[in-house]
Amino acid sequence: MRRACRPIFVFFAVAALFVGCNSRSHTSQPENPPHGGVMQPYAGKLPPDDGQWTMPAKDYGAYRYSQLDQINTSNAKDLKLAFTFSTGTTNGLEAAPLVVNNTMYIITSFPNMLYALDLTKPGAPMKWAYDPKPVASAKGVACCDLVNRGGSYYNGKIIYATLDGYVVGVNANDGHEVWKTKVGDINIGETITMAAQVVKDKVLVGNSGGEFGVRGWIVALNADTGKLVWKAYNTGPDKDVLIGLRFKPFYDMDKGKDLGVSTWNPDQWKIGGGNVWGWIAYDPDLNIVYHGTGNPGPWNPDERPGDNKWTSGIFARDADTGEALWYYQWSPHDMHDYDGINEQILLDLPIDGKTRKVLVRPERNGYIYVLDRTTGEVLSATPYGHITTSSGVDLKTGRLKVNEELKPSPGKVVHGACPAAPGVKDWNPSAFSPKTGFLYLPHNNLCMDWESVETGYIAGTPYVGADVKMYPGPGGNGGVFSAWDPINKKEVWHFDDRFPVWSGALATAGNVVFYGTMDGWFIARDAQDGHELWRFKTGSGIIGQPITYKGPDGKQYVAILSGVGGWAGAVVTGGLDVRDPTAALGFANATAELPKYTNKGGMLYVFQLP
Amino acid sequence: MKSISVAALLLLSLLAGCAREKRSYQDQSPYVEQAPDKVVQSDLHPGMMPPPSSYEKNVYAESAYDVAEGQKLFEQYHCSGCHFHGGGGIGPPLMDSDWIYGSDPQNIRATILEGRPNGMPSFRGKIADHQVWEIVAYVRSLSGLLPKDVSPGRSDQISLGTTPQQTHPQYEKKEQPGLNREEKPK
Repeated sequence: MRRACRPIFVFFAVAALFVGCNSRSHTSQPENPPHGGVMQPYAGKLPPDDGQWTMPAKDYGAYRYSQLDQINTSNAKDLKLAFTFSTGTTNGLEAAPLVVNNTMYIITSFPNMLYALDLTKPGAPMKWAYDPKPVASAKGVACCDLVNRGGSYYNGKIIYATLDGYVVGVNANDGHEVWKTKVGDINIGETITMAAQVVKDKVLVGNSGGEFGVRGWIVALNADTGKLVWKAYNTGPDKDVLIGLRFKPFYDMDKGKDLGVSTWNPDQWKIGGGNVWGWIAYDPDLNIVYHGTGNPGPWNPDERPGDNKWTSGIFARDADTGEALWYYQWSPHDMHDYDGINEQILLDLPIDGKTRKVLVRPERNGYIYVLDRTTGEVLSATPYGHITTSSGVDLKTGRLKVNEELKPSPGKVVHGACPAAPGVKDWNPSAFSPKTGFLYLPHNNLCMDWESVETGYIAGTPYVGADVKMYPGPGGNGGVFSAWDPINKKEVWHFDDRFPVWSGALATAGNVVFYGTMDGWFIARDAQDGHELWRFKTGSGIIGQPITYKGPDGKQYVAILSGVGGWAGAVVTGGLDVRDPTAALGFANATAELPKYTNKGGMLYVFQLP
Repeated sequence: MKSISVAALLLLSLLAGCAREKRSYQDQSPYVEQAPDKVVQSDLHPGMMPPPSSYEKNVYAESAYDVAEGQKLFEQYHCSGCHFHGGGGIGPPLMDSDWIYGSDPQNIRATILEGRPNGMPSFRGKIADHQVWEIVAYVRSLSGLLPKDVSPGRSDQISLGTTPQQTHPQYEKKEQPGLNREEKPK
């Protein structure tokens, strides 16, 4: 009956909703086995698995799936601690550890330390530490805690970005800096928080700063030397966006010359956002990289009339040249801070009797989109949470059907806008299991009130123009962990949590899925029916990304960084005062109780079977 | 007698009102010559010798007018972009009792003008001196360091109820047609 609480399923079942909501658990306490979905084993090809974890999502297709199966639904209950490691940090830890050549690499929140741990020795002692010495002033232009979402391994180097705008290549054996390239400028509000993604011989990185009027871009650097190969902006003239003859967007709304200029008031595109701070996927057969673009700035939509290209959308680009091939805009003229930067999972799915090369995108605006990844056509857009700000996607025009009643306008306070600014799901990446065919979605259940206020641009200071207050959505739970069937476009099962589920997810061939909660539980569930197999209470809240790997002893391990923070946990890391409901762009109000449940502090936890 | 005492009371209240509404002008600020580098940041005084007091007690720059002006400037210079309405976010909260760099007007002024190494920008040369004092007054009012009668009577922040877990009737109505809030099972 728990599923009946989800508003998207219950328009026909009001009575069931009463019962369901009565028995609803707002904490992630152990549950009885619920229900299962029909497994749809994945027919597409899988990348080879060497038991390592060398890039943010483990593979280019962004599955976050491991073919290791020693830990399974029968023995997961016996998982025990193998070793721990303190990161020495008190800000949020969002990165996935990397495991290469029997060494584990940990990238921390500011000051962005890189630690190498020797997995061949008992207790995994530290081999070396690399300190990039980022400028502390960068903290003043980081919108939402001082996080780093990870890095990649390439040709003997660990490559990642620092908060103050550098990308570094560090010798994976001895920790010496091989190259360091400045790509961002904190004095115009640029920071870097995203996980550097290696694609072939290049590393792709973009900037953060959507709350500082920062013009978004993505760069490709030579992964061996750090030299710039190409740079694409996400606003401005076509030549800056790398839009040329090969650009073929599917929908009319995205066609035309220099839309990155003409869909703005004069010069606004120069401070218009569209940042790249989320996930990049790569299709080796098509040689295409996919990346989203962040919200337009300022948040106050009246100050930037137009569709605000190319913000809150997705680009397909040639992996070698960066040339734009197609683009689709999730939220034209975004009015609710719906960044379009979430993960895209590249799948070959049977749709209407044909196998289609698709990308599946659980988007911030509340819909799970299935796009043809060769053309950018939207095949479906299905709600996976509570939405009041729009009523669906017009598949003919591709345009989001916006609810005019919840449009912010001057002097009006908008009430009950759902999802809230962090969306039904924010950056926290989902996982896909080819064995079940399900997507595993850590996400939010938040709504907000919004009042636009006038703002002007001052370089290097916040450029937002909105007072926001968030709160849990229907049911009163702030977060959800769910399984989603992308072929039948429906939820298979879900579990609520008191707080937004701000961690990533991990799926394994042992049919065990892992995720963490903001109050510090690391949880294993049965991939098929969702029932809880095991849980462990870590020292702080979890917003990191779990990984699994094969150790030097041939055994399977699972690792997670614990350390609350991020936008959702800023109330703890920043010691915020929740008497002001607008604190932390309104998020502090939704997680006001979090300081009673957890404290700051970073620690790696690694688990094994006895 | 009665009329005299009423008149006296009236006069007193007028005087009090005058002080409350007193305007500040740049050339009247007693701190214009106060260089921020004289601001003491530590409670430790080597040799047991407290440093000489380098400033007089602030009696002027914290009128209701200053606070009101400071509140406007706090928005205009985007202080609210990091500190919001006192609760903090990118920057620390200002409405609580914790002061990393000191709560005296001179300390706050130094913080605004010189910046701080962990993210506070330096606004030296960007904000007129009297405006800095007005922002200082507003910042101090947020944590109750000023007398009540000069603090803003009303906050400009979003006016949207108080309970953190509030659910708004709008979407309750959408999901549960015909159901009043009162009837909703607890």
